[in-house]
Amino acid sequence: MGMTIAEKILARHADKDSVRPGELINARVDLVLGNDVTAPVAIREFRRLGVGKVFDKDRIALVPDHFTPNKDIQSAEQAKIIREFAREQDITYYFEVGRMGIEHALLPEEGLALPGEIIIGADSHTCTYGALGALATGVGSTDMAAAMALGEAWFKVPPTLKFVFNGTLRPWVSGKDLILYLIGKIGVDGALYRSMEFTGEMIANLSMDSRLSMCNMAIEAGAKCGIIAPDTVTLDYVSARAKRPYEPVYPDADAEYEKVYTFNGADIEPQVAFPHLPENTRGISEVGEISIDQVVIGSCTNGRMEDLRVAAQLLKGKKVHKNVRLIIIPGTQNIWRQALQEGLIDIFLAAEAVVSTPTCGPCLGGHMGILAKGERALATTNRNFVGRMGHPESEVYLCNPAVASASAVTGKISAPEEVL
Amino acid sequence: MQGRVWKFGNDIDTDAIIPARYLNTSDPAELAKHVMEDVDATFPEKVKQGDIIVALKNFGCGSSREHAPLALKAAGVACVIAHSFARIFYRNAINIGLPILESPEAAARIEEGHEVKIDLAAGSITNLTTGETFQAAPFPAFMQEIMARGGLIGYVQWRLAQK
Repeated sequence: MGMTIAEKILARHADKDSVRPGELINARVDLVLGNDVTAPVAIREFRRLGVGKVFDKDRIALVPDHFTPNKDIQSAEQAKIIREFAREQDITYYFEVGRMGIEHALLPEEGLALPGEIIIGADSHTCTYGALGALATGVGSTDMAAAMALGEAWFKVPPTLKFVFNGTLRPWVSGKDLILYLIGKIGVDGALYRSMEFTGEMIANLSMDSRLSMCNMAIEAGAKCGIIAPDTVTLDYVSARAKRPYEPVYPDADAEYEKVYTFNGADIEPQVAFPHLPENTRGISEVGEISIDQVVIGSCTNGRMEDLRVAAQLLKGKKVHKNVRLIIIPGTQNIWRQALQEGLIDIFLAAEAVVSTPTCGPCLGGHMGILAKGERALATTNRNFVGRMGHPESEVYLCNPAVASASAVTGKISAPEEVL
Repeated sequence: MQGRVWKFGNDIDTDAIIPARYLNTSDPAELAKHVMEDVDATFPEKVKQGDIIVALKNFGCGSSREHAPLALKAAGVACVIAHSFARIFYRNAINIGLPILESPEAAARIEEGHEVKIDLAAGSITNLTTGETFQAAPFPAFMQEIMARGGLIGYVQWRLAQK
């Protein structure tokens, strides 16, 4: 019997010929990641282990992105803990403010997430790197601490769900819409403890940026990971930037899937997830009249070049609605610079948007755009839980960058066609 | 262990357990002051040492923040029983030594204010208020080993000592 891509990657990293769902294994990890919220706890736990040195200074990434540039004294103290640890351990991939980005936009760009690898990160959206054909999954700080010491982690081999997307993308539909549509169908625990494999004609035609958006939200279905098998899009992307040798892994033709879902592109229009769960999705044509106070375009889900280009396409020559604040957050310093060179930043400023330095910021209610009581935001971020962007009585709706941009202009949740 | 039950619904996310606005510290005692406050603003004052949380499906979904089980533990919560747990929360709870049990039947039948007795090793749950008993699925031996050593750090120390 063949193996799914997740099973093959896990088997290879555990030096086994094969593994089966439910099996508990220890496996080597290729990269261990932490940020300014989770790494301080991991460092505290690492010190309790008493091992002194990390297992490999080239296989740990520390990215201060959540509350940076430091929003208050306490955040500054947290960031200082990881900065000092990085110096003490001579960590190669510590990304200081000015060289950093939102971790899941940054690591693919830096060639630090590669096909066939196992990556664990003390951040739930670590699953983003499934877009590159890696088995990447979020863990907690204690897992991060143990992995920094040992270079391995324990895993329960997950059953795999296969999602086949047939047909072609409708106008303004992106990877974000495919994953929101999917979560709307299976629910926020529809893939609990599972690996998801995304395949089909629509996936083959999806850009790398859109694939990263899509795999980023596998966690929002409860999944351990969401993986797209490497193809020419993947290999073109990684070959130019890989920091390590890598070996792509593909699913066997006779792999066993717990369940196969098939979706058709003709059924999928731009999606909007209503408060307070990502599964509360509706097609843009079924949204109705919903006015908004703030729009956020950014985050580890949608702060990449494709997202900013779409936003600029819709905002060019227009003004943000008088009742709306539009906050645009390029995912990394390189993306910011590229957007500047392409003239996108000028379009945003002319439209009267704010353009922020890279930060997770408002996505998790950290800083740079917190909502007051009763306010409503439309965001390209990944979660719309109660209080996620600020006051517990504020609301977050989720969508793609095209819908977000159009809505910033009209002042209500709108289809992109409405402003063209 | 034995304690009074606080009951929660489906999909209690980690932003609900500990909102991100408090994540500029990782001090468990500080986090405990705000545990569950966006679901029930009075919860941090009401919860007492030894209390038990019973919730429905997908408890702990969302972010990987270990601050969530740390806050619950520091607030005195002795055990969380749920229909199901989100996977990172499940891992984190085991790794930091917060007892959890998965039992759809217990999650459905136990209500707020009930008094519940738990035998963790056996996975048995007795509702002292109604007299009902439930059996949670046992943990695999490997996870029991982690829990027996007080969490993942204790387990790794033991493994390193063997090398």
